Amino acid sequence: MSSDRLRRRHATTRCFRLLCAAVAWAGIVILAVLLFHVTREGIRWLDLQFLTAFPSRFPEQAGIKSALWGTVWLITLTAGISIPVGVAAAIYLEEFSPRNRLSQLIEVNIGNLAGVPSIVYGILGLVLFVRFLALGRSVLAGSLTMTLLILPVIIIAAREALRAVPDSIRHAAFALGATRWQAVRAQVLPVALPGILTGVILALSRAIGETAPLVMIGALTYVAFVPEGPMDAFTALPIQIFNWASRPQEDFHQLAAAGIIVLLVTLLLMNATAVWIRQRAERTGR
Amino acid sequence: MAKSPLAGAGTRKSRTKEELIRFVLFLCAFLSILTTLSIIAILAWEAYSFFREVRVFDFLSGTRWTPLLEPRSFGVLPLVAGTLQIVIGASLIAIPVGLASAIYLAEFASAGVRRVLKPVLEILAGIPTVVYGYFALTFVTPLIAAIFPQTQIFNAASASIVVGIMVLPMTASLCDDALRAVPESLRQGAFALGATQFEVTLRVVLPAALSGVMASFVLAASRAIGETMAVTLAAGATPKMTLNPLQSIQTMTAYIVQVSLGDTPVGTVEYQTIFAVAALLFAITLSMNIIAHRVLARFREVYE
Repeated sequence: MSSDRLRRRHATTRCFRLLCAAVAWAGIVILAVLLFHVTREGIRWLDLQFLTAFPSRFPEQAGIKSALWGTVWLITLTAGISIPVGVAAAIYLEEFSPRNRLSQLIEVNIGNLAGVPSIVYGILGLVLFVRFLALGRSVLAGSLTMTLLILPVIIIAAREALRAVPDSIRHAAFALGATRWQAVRAQVLPVALPGILTGVILALSRAIGETAPLVMIGALTYVAFVPEGPMDAFTALPIQIFNWASRPQEDFHQLAAAGIIVLLVTLLLMNATAVWIRQRAERTGR
Repeated sequence: MAKSPLAGAGTRKSRTKEELIRFVLFLCAFLSILTTLSIIAILAWEAYSFFREVRVFDFLSGTRWTPLLEPRSFGVLPLVAGTLQIVIGASLIAIPVGLASAIYLAEFASAGVRRVLKPVLEILAGIPTVVYGYFALTFVTPLIAAIFPQTQIFNAASASIVVGIMVLPMTASLCDDALRAVPESLRQGAFALGATQFEVTLRVVLPAALSGVMASFVLAASRAIGETMAVTLAAGATPKMTLNPLQSIQTMTAYIVQVSLGDTPVGTVEYQTIFAVAALLFAITLSMNIIAHRVLARFREVYE
């Protein structure tokens, strides 16, 4: 009688375990279905012509040249602005800041900024950069908007990397007479660099896929040229995908899928780089 | 971080340089405060000019949203209802699936399985939202339409499903953190009393992690509210109050995109609606995030 109950209780555990496992592995199934669907729809359009042609009304002539170069411009400028500022902010918060109310406020604030919907950043960019600073619908305005969007992510990641550096390294530098900045620059930063780089790459790969802020600042226009400077108008990969996906014709949907393949391959390469840096740092034992 | 009393000692010149660097670093950190202040200032200012034309009460309680058509009406509730429908639908997927995945990861899975599943969840989290929008439009909607023929091309159901998939990794990862923060001694105590793994998980670990789990649900819902591209592509542009998930609706975020894509003249009341809607969106997501972070911070103190 009591062993019956015990058997039932163990059976419940087994069922529960099976259920949880099935649900968890479902994530992999979804990912596989998504990748399979996109590849099946888009692979037919993915050729050299697609990569080197400008957008067109005619699906068979359409390509992503301007979008691809727009994304390269956008991400390069965003990286150039956001990495120094983000790492500097992380260094201040982790190495310099006194434990007072202001630093606490900054910390809570960064946490909250990370949760602000990206479209709100788009509105901020539209009013602040496009109109108030009169940058127009330029690559620079887009990059500044993206910078504000990914700064919290970079700061949080860089802080974690700095926190992982053992205090003994700092103490040794101080003992040799280094100032705080000297200790940070020559000792702490080099050790934390792989961690910071990983975080930065992941943040930038988020920026590559972001669409809503760019739509807000008006990047969704017909652009049949490659930007030549930071003040030029631009389009970007996710924008082009959105444009094609929102048209009713089947052919354009397949073009969107081809664009998605390019976008996902780019993201995959960036993520692989991040993982590679992390593993190399772990192997050399820092 | 330990502070050495001797750090910063040196010549006057190097001390000035040190102070300068410190100040520059501080400015970079302070930029985040400026960002928040600019968001609030811009939304408040633009929404203020909107509310000089439209009464706040009419905006918040009106059930007809036709700012671009005559006769114009500025009742935001249809957009809120559309957003709510997406959030509820997404939560129906993300909450059970996310929690069950987290339980599997934290309580059952071996280290090897974790090493496979965690990165897959990270990849799912890193897929851009416009891709999910495309997926909803070209895969999920035809699938739903095959089962329910009355399904419209744009519908809330398919958008809810992909938004659910989108916030699932975040829910799973946060729940996993919460479950793993429960001290091992609690589990061992329960096992010692003869409880099975199921009983330990459901009656000991889950209650102990409840605040963290709840906070993760709130954060997931907040993310779903702010989701833009997937709902713009898949849910449609028809602001209406309906309970039927197979119909086209419009969310707050999708409305903002619609206006910014159109040719509404800047400075008109019609245009300023996007700031009023954005202010509402910002207020809702910010308060949800603050609540969730409060809960998380309190819960961290208990076990650390």
